[in-house]
Amino acid sequence: MSKYLLRRLLIIIPVLAGISLVLFTILAMAPGDPFEELATNPNVPPEVRMNLRAQFGLDDPIAIRYVRWFTSMMKGDWGFSFVSRVNVDRLILQRLPTTILVIGSAQILGLLIAIPIGVISATRPYSLFDQIATTGAFLGFSLPTFFTGLLFILFFSIYLDWLPFIYRADISASGWRWWWEHIRQAIMPVAVLALFQAASMTRFMRSAVLDVIQLDYVRTARAKGLTERVTIVRHVVRNALIPVVTLVALQVPTIFAGALITEQIFRVPGIGSLLISSILANDTPVIMAITFVFSALVVFFNLIADILYGWLDPRISYR
Amino acid sequence: MDERELRSLIGEVKAGRLSRRAFVQMMVGVGLTGPLAAQMLASAGVAHAQSKQPYKPTKRGGGGALKVLWWQGATLLNPHFATGTKDQDGSRIFYEPLASWDPDGNLAPNLAAEIPTVQNGGLARDGKSVTWKLKRGVNWHDGKPFSADDCVFTWEYCSDPATASVSIGTYKDVKVEKVDSHTIKITFPKPTPFWADPFVGVRGMIIPKHLFEAYKGGNSREAPTNLKPVGTGPYKFADFKPGDMVRGELNPNYHMPNRPFFDSIEMKGGGDAVSAARAVIQTGEFDYAWNMQVEDEILKRMEQGGKGKADIVAGGNIEHIQCNFTDPWKEVDGERSSIKTTHPSLSDPAVRQALNLLVDRASVQEQIYGRTGIATPNFLNQPSRFASKSTKWEFNVDKAGQILEAAGWKKGSDGIRAKDGKKLKFVYQTSINAPRQKTQAIVKQAAAKAGIEMEIKSVTASVYFSSDVANPDTYPHFYTDIQMYTTTMTQPDPEQFMRQFLTEEVASKDNKWQGRNITRWRNDEFDKLHKASESELDPVKRAAMFIRMNELVIQNVVVIPVVFRPRVAAVANTLRAEQSGWDSDFWALQNWYREG
Repeated sequence: MSKYLLRRLLIIIPVLAGISLVLFTILAMAPGDPFEELATNPNVPPEVRMNLRAQFGLDDPIAIRYVRWFTSMMKGDWGFSFVSRVNVDRLILQRLPTTILVIGSAQILGLLIAIPIGVISATRPYSLFDQIATTGAFLGFSLPTFFTGLLFILFFSIYLDWLPFIYRADISASGWRWWWEHIRQAIMPVAVLALFQAASMTRFMRSAVLDVIQLDYVRTARAKGLTERVTIVRHVVRNALIPVVTLVALQVPTIFAGALITEQIFRVPGIGSLLISSILANDTPVIMAITFVFSALVVFFNLIADILYGWLDPRISYR
Repeated sequence: MDERELRSLIGEVKAGRLSRRAFVQMMVGVGLTGPLAAQMLASAGVAHAQSKQPYKPTKRGGGGALKVLWWQGATLLNPHFATGTKDQDGSRIFYEPLASWDPDGNLAPNLAAEIPTVQNGGLARDGKSVTWKLKRGVNWHDGKPFSADDCVFTWEYCSDPATASVSIGTYKDVKVEKVDSHTIKITFPKPTPFWADPFVGVRGMIIPKHLFEAYKGGNSREAPTNLKPVGTGPYKFADFKPGDMVRGELNPNYHMPNRPFFDSIEMKGGGDAVSAARAVIQTGEFDYAWNMQVEDEILKRMEQGGKGKADIVAGGNIEHIQCNFTDPWKEVDGERSSIKTTHPSLSDPAVRQALNLLVDRASVQEQIYGRTGIATPNFLNQPSRFASKSTKWEFNVDKAGQILEAAGWKKGSDGIRAKDGKKLKFVYQTSINAPRQKTQAIVKQAAAKAGIEMEIKSVTASVYFSSDVANPDTYPHFYTDIQMYTTTMTQPDPEQFMRQFLTEEVASKDNKWQGRNITRWRNDEFDKLHKASESELDPVKRAAMFIRMNELVIQNVVVIPVVFRPRVAAVANTLRAEQSGWDSDFWALQNWYREG
């Protein structure tokens, strides 16, 4: 086991170096310039832009820039944003709480919806409930979030005028009012993401339970005279959760990266919207940092998922 | 229009037969700017009209929160690093200049005690210096007094190339001296008719010496005050998240009485223009939204029974089509559109005149822009007739055909006109933007009727407006026959704006396409006039020169103006906020209040 772990960890290093190299080269070769707006402003002499480019090292060859970026990244220095001139780690840390709050609660809400529905659908396959749940799930994951998001805004904000559609990270209120305002503004983005998540998760849960429910030990449990409730909860769901847990583990990195489109629609100041605005502004250090951390998390959580398998199912062994 | 006509118009204003505002609008119509028009009136001794919006609140504060929405969030709060208007506006909440530009192009004092004039001795008669008297008793948000030292420091800070400030162009050639604790003198290297650039408007915001002193030059990025501004403005800094939100709270020691009205201000960023308009006009979640690049039809629909309205003020942005005077299809010394070549067909004035007749501005305005793009006839036709309200631009396919016919461009069997084997086939490029593609279609259709074939090309905005030297699709490369975009004239003086037609400014490989003359048009008379205007001190004579330069550009059809694009903001019905087309949206933030 420890040998396996060591091998996997060692593989991660070249993988991440490769990812960063590809990301950096693509970004360096992409068209655009972080000081584009200065170029079209007739009041700014071109020397200012040249000076800034030189100062920020943008005129050096790609290879040198990459090595410089990589070594400082290794030292924990993420560089600073060309646009706001703020350190990148600070920018990301500012956005992290909102991202975790919104995406995290959407994931949890999604699971809370998906698990019971999946289990009930599987225990009564092809019943009316199952048919409705299946239809709902298909609808849920075929409707993209930008569509449901706009639909929600149109209905709840404009037609009914119940909920605000602009998310404000810091609300100048205190006590209950603060909580109330926060919950009110989070309802729509969280619901949009949660429904999308729940839709596919329901299908996974349903098929996992269906696989398990036909197994011999379930029949044994029933024959033993256990009630249906205990059989399902203690014996079926527990085993059926194994594939779902790994699926969830693989989705944890997205909590960091945020939800690009939903954040844009509701103006949630999360990491997703930071990424989009950085891409639009050609702010390479920020784009690099976010995409690199994201890929590192994906690689890392893949490893965790593999290890989780072995822990949940002792029949799987690692060499 | 010449100097004599200008003077008689000014006489009309003086006699009260013509309103100030109408005069300013006329001047804007002939290609001048509001501030220049106001300068002419001031020199003729026409009394300075004070800002007309009354300020009603009788005490400071108590107005609750002011929530404004910028669909691009401010990314930094140092006005001298501002990469776009969003940053200038974010900084303007906290920092103030000596004076700002009002909608009619007058200077309104902020940190100045009075506006310098020749009469009060502020302006030197030789145009080589200006003396500003500063307001006394103004404190920075941290309690330190504001004085002439801060102005002198702001100049030192901005003019140091190592600081890499974006306002260096305004400050690098002037000299600023402290006369006494509340007087500064700006000395120009040569007689300068447009003296109100340093310390005025968006590039004039003054920063505190005591907080920036240690961060001048190479380490300017490290100043903590870059992110936590300390200014003199109506609101004090509370919180800032780059790209997302700027928050300020009432400054209890603000230097103007009973101001500000609101207890706090929140400037939220991000999203898109349409939903920003919706949040102000339709749901009333926010009070104000900036730069509504939204189709007028959508705005109108939102305004019906809504909680806000679109506020449209004239500025100097012109959507125009440029004609390439060089050959974009021949490569000379590693560049196309080289000034060593001439365009095979566009160099013929008849072809350009015909093109001018083929742009159906009426349809463009009616079907595409509505209130947000006005086909102003004054700018487009013979400026000598500009005063007439009935002046119309002309859209006439038949006439265009006749002009081409007379010039020897005959229709071939394929319906495309040609002369000496050169066909009238043009590539027409612009950025990807729905209204622009619709305009392209309208022009293409009319051109086809007159026997000109147009191939339409659209480039992603991020490429088209970039300064990428290696990319042939950027607008300064201009590797097509004609192209269209909006040129901004928010600068208070047309001198900079007019540089785009100077021979010395021709964009080429040698200057990495940094030159501002994109059409590569060259004209001796224009160059001479521009040179003369740089040191002409009589504002009326100078205005006449600009009008003549403008005429040259229009008569030669160097560019074909399509529509004026005024500034559009979304404002809640209860909010009183006066807009100016010549300054930041927040130029009069201290006067904003809520009514009803």
